[in-house]
Amino acid sequence: MSRATAIDQRASAVRARRAATAGGGVPWPWGLGGATALAVAVLAGLGLGPAGIAPGAIAGELLSRVPVVRVGQPLSALEATVLWELRAPRVALGALVGAMLASAGGAYQAVFRNPLADPYLLGVAAGAGLGATAAIAYAGGGELLPVAAFAGATVAVTAAYLLGRSVGGRATATLILAGVAVAAFLTAAQSFVLQQNAESVQSVYAWLLGRLSTSGWGDVLTVLPYVAVSLVVIVVHRRVLDVLRVGDEEAASLGVPVARVRFVVVAAATLGTAAAVAVSGLIGFVGIVIPHAVRLLAGSSYRVVMPLAPVLGAAFLVLADVVARTALSPAELPIGVVTAFVGAPFFVVVLRTTRTAGP
Amino acid sequence: MIAVEKVSIRLGGASVVDGVSLEVADGGWTMLIGPNGAGKTSLLRAVAGLAAHTGSIELDGREVAGLAARERGRMVAVVPQAPLLPAQMTVSEYVLLGRTPHLGYLGRAGARDRQAVDDAIGRLALRCLGARRLDELSGGERQRAVLARAIAQGAPVLVLDEPTTALDVGRQQEVLELVSELRAERGLTVLAATHDLTLAGQYAERLVLLDGGRVAAEGSAAQVLTEELITRHYRARLRVEQVGETPVVLPTRREVVVR
Repeated sequence: MSRATAIDQRASAVRARRAATAGGGVPWPWGLGGATALAVAVLAGLGLGPAGIAPGAIAGELLSRVPVVRVGQPLSALEATVLWELRAPRVALGALVGAMLASAGGAYQAVFRNPLADPYLLGVAAGAGLGATAAIAYAGGGELLPVAAFAGATVAVTAAYLLGRSVGGRATATLILAGVAVAAFLTAAQSFVLQQNAESVQSVYAWLLGRLSTSGWGDVLTVLPYVAVSLVVIVVHRRVLDVLRVGDEEAASLGVPVARVRFVVVAAATLGTAAAVAVSGLIGFVGIVIPHAVRLLAGSSYRVVMPLAPVLGAAFLVLADVVARTALSPAELPIGVVTAFVGAPFFVVVLRTTRTAGP
Repeated sequence: MIAVEKVSIRLGGASVVDGVSLEVADGGWTMLIGPNGAGKTSLLRAVAGLAAHTGSIELDGREVAGLAARERGRMVAVVPQAPLLPAQMTVSEYVLLGRTPHLGYLGRAGARDRQAVDDAIGRLALRCLGARRLDELSGGERQRAVLARAIAQGAPVLVLDEPTTALDVGRQQEVLELVSELRAERGLTVLAATHDLTLAGQYAERLVLLDGGRVAAEGSAAQVLTEELITRHYRARLRVEQVGETPVVLPTRREVVVR
C-alpha cells in the first residue's frame, strides 16, 4: 500500500468525523450560554423583590443545606421563609412553564412545518379558557379551576385531532383548520358563559393574561410530572423532527412513520401545555419567540432547538416574572403583558441582526 | 428486482394507472416515458410504497405494501420530482437524513452512517459544499445533494422522478452519467421517469411508454422511440433520426406563412 493511499484513508476518516459533528447537537458556546442565562434568571428570581437577598447570601443558604458539607452561612428565619416558601416555588413554576411553552412551540412548528405555529394552535387556549371560565363562573374558581382548564384543553385538542382525521386524513392543513374551527366554537361558548355571568369578568380576565402569583409548591408538583414527561418525549424525537423537515412523503420514503410521530409529539406537547396553562393561565409569546430565537442564534436543526429552547424558555419566563413582580411594585403586572412587551422588541433585534427564520 | 403486476391506482376517484405490469431485472435501468398525466409519477410512488394501489409490486420478491416503513426505506431510495429542501439545512446534514432507515426510531448516527455519508458526498463531488446551506446551492448542486442523500440510503433500488428537469444540458448529462456509474459500481436497480426522450434512449436499457395510465409500448430505445409511436402518444410533431446507435428525437415546428 502506498503512502498516498494511507494519507487518503486518514483524510477520509477525518472528513467522516467532521461530517458527523456537523449539526450534531447544541454548539457548546450556546449550551454554556443557555445554562448561564438560566442560572442568572434563577438568582434574579430568588433575590429580587421587596426584600432583596444578595446572590452570595443565596449561595450560602444553598450550601448550608447540602447534607454532610454544610459549609455555607444560612439565612435568617424570615429571609429563609421568603426564599423557600414564596420565591423558590414561583421561580420553579416559571421555569417549568417557560420550558414547556418553548418546547411545545418548537414541537408544533416541527410537526406542522409552520413557522407561525404555537402551543395554542390546536385549541389548547380556547379549551382551557372555556374550562377556566366555567369553573370561575359556576364554581367560584378555586381548586376546580386548574382541573377544568386542563380538561378543557385536552378535550379541545382531541376534538380537533379527531375532526381533522375524519375530514382529511393526514394532511396537516386539515388538522390546523380543524383546530381553528374547534377554537372558534369554544371561544364562542366561553363568551356566552361570560356574558351570562358578568360578575366573573374580572377574575376570568386576570386568568387569561396569565399569572404565576398564586403558586405554591403544590402547583409546581402538579405540573412537574406532565412537563417532565412531555419535555423528554419531545427531546428524544429531535432527530426524527429534523427528518420531517423534508416533508411527509419524503420522510415516509426515508422510513419514518410520519402519522405516528406527529401523533406522539402533538400528544406530548399538548398534555404538557395543558398542565402549564392550567396553573399559569394563558401566557403568550414564549412558545413562538423562543424557538425562533434559538434557530436564529444557534442553528435551525431540531437537534439544537429542542434541547436549547426549554432552557432559554425557562430563563425568559423567570426573568419576565421578575419584571412583572418588581416593575410597578407592590402592584403586579400580568406576566403575559411582560412576555409580549419584552419579547417583541427582543425578537425584532434578533431578526434584524441575523438571517431569515424558518422551521 | 422490481416486479410490477397488474397495478392500478385511483386518485380522487379517477383512474391514473390502469393495470400496468413491468419488470426491472437486478442491476437494470428502465425509464418510464409518456405525456403529462400518463401515470409515471403515480407508478413510481407506488413502487416506493408511497401510494395505495391494487395489484402486486414486489421488490426482491417481497410485497412492497407489506414492508414496514424502515424496512422499505432500506430497500428503495427515492429522488422526488420536486424535493423539499429545508433552506437552512447544510448539505452534510441533508445527506445524513438518507441514513434514517438505518438508525431506528430514536437512534443516533454511528461510524458506519458517517462513512456512508462521507462516501456519498465524495462520490457526488460535494466535498467542498458540505457545510453550505441548501438555499445557497445552484440547481445542479441541489440535484447532486438529493442524489447523495439517496445514495447514502444504501438501498439496492433507486427510483428517480424526472431527475434532470430544470437542469441545463451539461448538468443533465452529469446526473445521468453519475446514475449510470453508480449502477455499475453498486449494482443498483434503477426505475426512472423522464420527459427527455433522447436522453432516456441513451442511458436506459429499456423504455416503457405510458399513456392514459396504461403501457402503450415497451422495449429497447429503437423499438419505442419511433416517429409513429411518439407522434401518436405525445400528440407532437417530430422526427426521429438515428445518430450512431441511438435514436434522437427532434421536435419540428409547424410552417407558418407570414404575409
